[in-house]
Amino acid sequence: MALLELRNVETNYGPIQAVRGVSMQIEAGRIVTLLGGNGAGKTTVLKTISGAMDPSRGVVTFAGESIEGRDPDRIARLGIAHVPEGREVFPFLTVEENLRMGAFSRRDRGIDADLAMVYGYFPVLTELARRQAAYLSGGQQQMLAIGRALMLRPRLMLLDEPSLGLSPRLVQEIGTIVTRLNSEQGVTVLLVEQNARMALAIADYGYVMENGRIVMEDTCARLMQATDIQAFYLGQKEAGVRGVRRWKQRKTWR
Amino acid sequence: MEVFQLLVSGVSQGCVYGLIALGFVLIYKATEMVNFAQGDLMMVGAFMAVTFVNVLGMPFLSGVLAALVAMAVIGVVLERLLLRPMIGEPHFAVLMLTIGLGFVLRAIAGAIWGSNPRPLETPYSGRVLEIGELVIGFESIAIVGGTLLLCGLLFGFFRFTRLGIAMQAASQNQLAAYYVGIPVKRIYSLVWALSAVIATCAGILTAPVSLVDPLMGFIGIKAFAAAIVGGFGSLPGAIIGGLVVGLAEQFAGLYLPPGFADMSAYVILLVMLVLRPQGLFATMHRKKV
Repeated sequence: MALLELRNVETNYGPIQAVRGVSMQIEAGRIVTLLGGNGAGKTTVLKTISGAMDPSRGVVTFAGESIEGRDPDRIARLGIAHVPEGREVFPFLTVEENLRMGAFSRRDRGIDADLAMVYGYFPVLTELARRQAAYLSGGQQQMLAIGRALMLRPRLMLLDEPSLGLSPRLVQEIGTIVTRLNSEQGVTVLLVEQNARMALAIADYGYVMENGRIVMEDTCARLMQATDIQAFYLGQKEAGVRGVRRWKQRKTWR
Repeated sequence: MEVFQLLVSGVSQGCVYGLIALGFVLIYKATEMVNFAQGDLMMVGAFMAVTFVNVLGMPFLSGVLAALVAMAVIGVVLERLLLRPMIGEPHFAVLMLTIGLGFVLRAIAGAIWGSNPRPLETPYSGRVLEIGELVIGFESIAIVGGTLLLCGLLFGFFRFTRLGIAMQAASQNQLAAYYVGIPVKRIYSLVWALSAVIATCAGILTAPVSLVDPLMGFIGIKAFAAAIVGGFGSLPGAIIGGLVVGLAEQFAGLYLPPGFADMSAYVILLVMLVLRPQGLFATMHRKKV
């Protein structure tokens, strides 16, 4: 049984329908990526899963339990950690306070051990432990946001554009960390990315979204071979086709 | 000597303004709502204490404790019934709601307790401390001491407890607070409870001096001025703002023509809004929703 399943989920911003019937299945232990251009509805899908938005139709099941329409804090308690786009840290709390807030819903004794584990994954945060989060660089804030999500001891982590605005080296570093979290901590990951190259490199399975719909899904190995993925997301030009013509080409899914 | 005497009464009055301002700021920082019924919460809290201590004859400290608990409950109930349905509504609507709430609270208080001013019986009422020519009422000492104690407790709460830090987190980034599993709505209820408790402390401390009547909550407007002076986003700023307004009032009474004393809070408010609208203690605070 899939850890997370979406069946025909529709989500609206007022009169505008951002997600138009999305179905996905995420098996436990996998890294799954959700690709798509600006405004495709990727972030809305994540928000619908984590409860920040309620779907108008459809079902979201997590570990066999239907969770749509619940408050986000209750969904977080089930073990879904959402790392939103744009490094949403608590700016005036210290790094350590930020991390400890990640474990707010937990009562067990493993919190200190997990704190050490997070510092192990992100050594740079150790030196910054007493610093206010607002003074961290973009990359450090992104690491803090991922570390804070880790403190929840999540079964599923929703990562929204972790590479946004980071240098290529940092993007690679974040990619490595995500793979390690997946293999070492057993965290299932749903990764939303514009950086398709990184996402396809680390994920097992991928969905492609456009205009609020899933238009393509396959293993990442096969997605990387698909011509339109190469053209639109990986930026490779085929020989002999002029740039202008490229945009006029029909996509396979239309 | 006269100056010193004024200083004492200015500081003690300023502490009361500061405490009410603290309630304004707490609610504003957490929920982005301005609660214009803050002064009236103080009034209801003071009446609670009068009821428990004077009418029911409880010992002073346990009566005060009972009043604080009762007001915490009232704070939660108000948030739950009136304010939570207003989440997402325009600020203006919330503003009108809290102003209306103030009217309702005054009317209810008048119906229950009548409009005659009553004193709160305290063990220290009427006693004075004489240092040379200087005469300080125990009431003033209680106000200043109580404010210091309360500020210390609040500092410890926000700095060191899990719940206090979670309140800060929820006010700094609501969405992220939700995502880490902080029950933001319940936190808002608790913030209202805390504000009501602080307002009650202000009411109890000022009750022996200013007497308790349904209209005593109008000093909430001066406390609002104090909150603006302090920057409306800073907890220490609220207390400092209170002291500024309290002292200005006393000294305007001495050095300026009659009438200026009551006006001074508003003059300060206007001057602040024109010259330094971000307040004395502006925090670089850009709120994300």
